Amino acid sequence: MTKNRRRISFTVNGERVECDVLVRLNLVDFLRAELGFTGTHVGCEHGVCGACTVRVNGAPVRGCLMLAVQADGATVETIEGLNDTGAIPALQDAFVAHNALQCGYCTPGILITALDYLEHGGTADRAVIRERISGNYCRCTGYQSIVDAIAEVAAAPADGGAP
Amino acid sequence: MSGPLSVFDRPNSYIGRTVPRPNARRLTEGRGRFVDDLSLPRMVHAAFLRSPHAHARIMGIDTGAAKASAGVVAIYSGADLVQHIEPWVGVLTHLKGLRSPPQPAIAVDVARWQGEAVALVLAASRAEAEDAAALIEVDYEPLPIAIDMERALDLDEPVVHADFDSNLAWERLVEQGDVDAALSDPDATIVERTFTFGRHTGVTLEPRCLLAAFDPSERRLTVHYSGQAPHMMQYIYAKHLGLPEDHVRVVADDVGGSFGIKVHTYGDEVAAVAAAMLHGRPVKYVADRFESFQSDIHARGHRVTARMAVSAQGKITGFDMDDLTGIGPYSVYPRTSAIEANQVLNLTCAPYQLPAYRARGRVVFQNKTVMCQYRAVGHPIAIAVAEGMIDAAAVASGRDPVELRRLNLIPDDAYPCASATGMRFNELSHHACLDKLVELIDYDGLRAEQERLRAAGVFRGIGISSFVEVTNPSPMFYGVGGAPIASQDGATVRLDASGAVHISSSVTEQGQGTEAILAQIVATAVGVPLERVRVTTGDTETTPYGGGTWGSRGAGIGGEAALLAGQALRAQVLEAAAVILQAKVESLDIADGKVVDSYTDRERVTLADLARQIYYRGNELPSSLKPELVATRHFRVTDYPFVFTNGCQASWLEVDIETGEVKLLKHWAVEDCGRVINPKLVDEQMRGGVVQGIGGALFEHCIYDDQGQMLNPTMADYLVPMAAEMPDIEIVHVETPTSTSVLGAKGAGEAGTGGAPAAIMNAVNDALRPLDAQVTAQPITPQRILEALKAF
Repeated sequence: MTKNRRRISFTVNGERVECDVLVRLNLVDFLRAELGFTGTHVGCEHGVCGACTVRVNGAPVRGCLMLAVQADGATVETIEGLNDTGAIPALQDAFVAHNALQCGYCTPGILITALDYLEHGGTADRAVIRERISGNYCRCTGYQSIVDAIAEVAAAPADGGAP
Repeated sequence: MSGPLSVFDRPNSYIGRTVPRPNARRLTEGRGRFVDDLSLPRMVHAAFLRSPHAHARIMGIDTGAAKASAGVVAIYSGADLVQHIEPWVGVLTHLKGLRSPPQPAIAVDVARWQGEAVALVLAASRAEAEDAAALIEVDYEPLPIAIDMERALDLDEPVVHADFDSNLAWERLVEQGDVDAALSDPDATIVERTFTFGRHTGVTLEPRCLLAAFDPSERRLTVHYSGQAPHMMQYIYAKHLGLPEDHVRVVADDVGGSFGIKVHTYGDEVAAVAAAMLHGRPVKYVADRFESFQSDIHARGHRVTARMAVSAQGKITGFDMDDLTGIGPYSVYPRTSAIEANQVLNLTCAPYQLPAYRARGRVVFQNKTVMCQYRAVGHPIAIAVAEGMIDAAAVASGRDPVELRRLNLIPDDAYPCASATGMRFNELSHHACLDKLVELIDYDGLRAEQERLRAAGVFRGIGISSFVEVTNPSPMFYGVGGAPIASQDGATVRLDASGAVHISSSVTEQGQGTEAILAQIVATAVGVPLERVRVTTGDTETTPYGGGTWGSRGAGIGGEAALLAGQALRAQVLEAAAVILQAKVESLDIADGKVVDSYTDRERVTLADLARQIYYRGNELPSSLKPELVATRHFRVTDYPFVFTNGCQASWLEVDIETGEVKLLKHWAVEDCGRVINPKLVDEQMRGGVVQGIGGALFEHCIYDDQGQMLNPTMADYLVPMAAEMPDIEIVHVETPTSTSVLGAKGAGEAGTGGAPAAIMNAVNDALRPLDAQVTAQPITPQRILEALKAF
């Protein structure tokens, strides 16, 4: 192993991954280029736009601000894994119904932010939702439909049934 | 066969209904197919070394250390590439006098803006390509720079191009009526203002990117590209890389935002494609955010002085303006960088009856990133100037701003008619829209609330804008001037053996819902359930020839082609069915995927059974029956240069006079885009457009220092609208279908962006009015508001 690489072992979307990673590689580039999880996108490479948001040990993290080696021992989830575990169908349904996406580039990151909001007891208060998603930029929608979709899911019964 | 009108009356019509987009679900699941998601065998990555100087001579380039860097496979300078890439010139013949020098893909001997590419590195990874780029030694000789557009024409200012006598790229004067007489009328109210509009840019969340692959055995080039106009790029790659056009395939699958940014020719992109041909390996180029800010086209950048005369009766009697805009060192190919100024001249005051109008536009070169068409091209400037002047004149003449608009807007029954600048208008509805807006916002109630709050030291403002928008352009926009830009679009619709209908269209999808409305139109025209329609866009190999996405034309032009093709397929199906069923064509219809008796709705045969019989069991058909079950139709606007739409917007906001901050409370838009195909999608185009307009009005600004260095090329420093700052936006429609097509749809993609800045600026100034402060410089930052309040 060269000094530029380090062996790490972590869980991505429920599967164990062990590999040598470049120490300078950030998490989102690693997930996309090395593991093929292309549902996570790169927007600003600066921790601002939120397009690269993934879950690390259950919490939303900017994939461009975390090095892949820092994920050693962690549990990482991307939009692909959240699909498989069925964690977010209500949000995805609401996003489709409200047309809360246009180009869809920011959408996986926004869904992960919204999921975290709902998992922490987020309500349908529109102003609060607007604050909570302000770390995720969308250039297409103007945000209103995204707020509508998240508010609808927040207001739905806890069993996940349709409102 | 049914006539055109019955298409919309059919009980199973999808036109006018909100249905979800067919491609939305997979995007929510992270199953997009964006360019950077693709990989090809032996692919290498491109990175560019870019000029740190705004203007400098390249004395020499030493790539020795860079070539030895890990992973590097090739390095090309501008001098290397100019032998393989024919430079281009961004002029059009109908913009008389426009000049711009030949532009190389990357700088050859002189770099003319900070961020212009000077060398290209191919390496095994993007990181290694960047490592090597940093090792390239360039010997620059800095040259004098022209940065400030207001000084660009001064005699002592350096010229950007040594071959030109000045920095003037283009000038146009429009004059109609006796403006001087109107402006010197002693009985008239005369107002004068100067407006400035800073540069901003598109900030597509997915940067510009491409993946190019060249097969030398057949000399065939394939470019996966994140853009709006595949057929235009096919022509451009072919022409400038020396290939026959049919040897070039351009594919645009999912595109992560475009907004006009991704409809231009970018030298770095052409260079990366050339490198794929020269090196013989697939090349991926994905701009990083830093280089996006420095090399994506910038927009706006205007200074406008204007004077308006209003008679004692409240009629606008004359308008005079001077527009100056800086476009960077080149007019961008192939659309040119003069169209925006041209639009400003054509559209300012266009909603109003105006006996005398004079406008001068000057377009100047400078050592900054190139400027070109971005969403709503020219409209935000034209509308903000006209509406700002109307509000100023209302105050000066003691009239309510809504009343002054009503006195001057072209009457709804006056069409067809022409504007002072010769724009031909038909089927507009300014008064109907304004009436609806006034009612929607409870104008009198808001005024009362404003008055009450002012007494309490709270400063709120109402801003109104009325406007026209250029949509559905004809060949008179670009094609007439020699540009390889199609204003027509085509659709091929076919029935497959399972009874599903496929449409292949030359309009493209970047999330606005093109594929959804095409499916709605075709499902309705043929008579099948929506889920039985499959849509293909964005591939020069498989779609009919057309212009793609620009100028708010997807629904109006691409949609009309789809409707005509769908109707033609329906006629073919019915003709075959009539023979097979031994019935009269007129007695048959298609509904819900079945051929039915048109009087009783009784099912005669499903389209699946009919198609299988035709495709598999031709032996059962009479020899004379030779059904095609595929139809192609193209459409272009022929009777008018453009199909104008109109609308109006209102903003209600609060200005904090201690901090200069603007809090947006509510925004409304009344829009007449003709026949609405999918109400939800139109509303979302409007909302997204409004927010981009708000971005330009309040936040977004490409800031340069006096050395031509862009100071804020990151998303941390360049402010785009965030969710918490944006208001809820209410959208209402007036529907006046255009008679230039059967479908009757006009464009809706740019009106939000065009009309919002005027409404915001007017609302800010309405809020500040009791404090005797005005802001006419966009973006309207807290600092500018505090300066206007003389807080410093």
